[in-house]
Amino acid sequence: MSDSTRPEGCALVTGASRGIGAATALMLAADGWPVRVNYRSDEAGAKEVVAQIESEGGTATLWQGDVADAADVTRLVEPGDDGPVLVLVNNAGVRVDNLSPSLTDEDWATVIDTNLTSTFRATRAALPRMMRARFGRVINVSSVAGIRANPGQANYSASKAGVIGFTKTVAAEVARRGVTVNAVAPGVIETAFTEDVLEGDLAKAIPARRVGTPEEVAACIRFLASADASYVTGTTLTVDGGLSA
Amino acid sequence: MATQVSTDNVEKTIYDGLVELGTERDDLSREATLESLDVDSLDLVELAQIVEDEYGVELKGDDVKDVKTVGEVIDLVVAKAG
Repeated sequence: MSDSTRPEGCALVTGASRGIGAATALMLAADGWPVRVNYRSDEAGAKEVVAQIESEGGTATLWQGDVADAADVTRLVEPGDDGPVLVLVNNAGVRVDNLSPSLTDEDWATVIDTNLTSTFRATRAALPRMMRARFGRVINVSSVAGIRANPGQANYSASKAGVIGFTKTVAAEVARRGVTVNAVAPGVIETAFTEDVLEGDLAKAIPARRVGTPEEVAACIRFLASADASYVTGTTLTVDGGLSA
Repeated sequence: MATQVSTDNVEKTIYDGLVELGTERDDLSREATLESLDVDSLDLVELAQIVEDEYGVELKGDDVKDVKTVGEVIDLVVAKAG
C-alpha cells in the first residue's frame, strides 16, 4: 500500500517478539505501516524487532501487554500518536498440550483465553474506528489444528476452530464498511513455539516435505492486510505445505 | 478534552453524526425514528464511537437496544453523562 493510499493509522501485531508475529511486524512496517510491536515477556526479542524495523527506515513502538488480560487489550488498541489501529493481527497464542481426559480446567481456560477471547476483545475494541475510517484489516492467526484433528491439542484445536468461526461471522457483520476480517491457518512452522514437536519424521507427513517458515505465513498476512485484498473477507488461508489438503 | 455535555451540544453531535452516516438533514427531528431514517445497527455502533470521542460517554449495546427515536438517543447520552 503506497503512502498516498494508506489511511492514517497503525498496525498492531500481538505476540510480535518472535516467530510469525515478528516476521509480520517487519513486513507491515516495510509496507509503510507504523507498527505496534506487542510482547508479553520477551522484551529483548521485541526490542530487536523494533530496532530492525527502524534500521530499515520503518516506524515501530514497543507495547508490553498480556492479551489474556482485558485491560491490557483495551490499552493496546487505544488510538495513540500513531493514530487508530487499522490493521490488527491477532497472533499471540499459547499451547498447553495434553490428551483431553488429562486436560485440567486451567489448561483449557488458559488456551481459550489467550487464543480466542483475546482475539474477540481486540477485534471488538478496534472495529468501531476501522468502521469510521471505512478501512480496516483484521487478520486472525488460526491453525491447521483448528481445521483437522490433532490429538493432544483439544484445547488448542477448539480455540483455533473458534477463531475461524469468529472470523467468518465478524467479516459478514462489517463487510459493508470496508473492513475485512480473515484468518490464516499455519501448519507446522519452524518457530520457538513448535521446536519441541519438530523432531523425527514429521516432514514426511507434509506434502511439501518440509516445515514452513514464519516469513511464508507473514507474507500471507501481508497480502490480507493490503489494498489488493479488499474483496477478500471471511476466509481462512491455510499456509501448511498441503498438510490439510 | 471532552466537549461539555448539554442537550443542545449532544443534539448537534447526533444530528451531524447521522448526516455523516447518510441521513438527510431535513429528515432529522427528535421525534424521527431510527427505523424511518434507515439507521441500522452498524450505524449505531459508529454513532456510539462519535459520542465516546466527543463526550467520553461509552454507550454499550444494551444501552441502545430499546432506543427508538433520535430524541431518545440524545436523552440517553445526556443521562449517561450526568
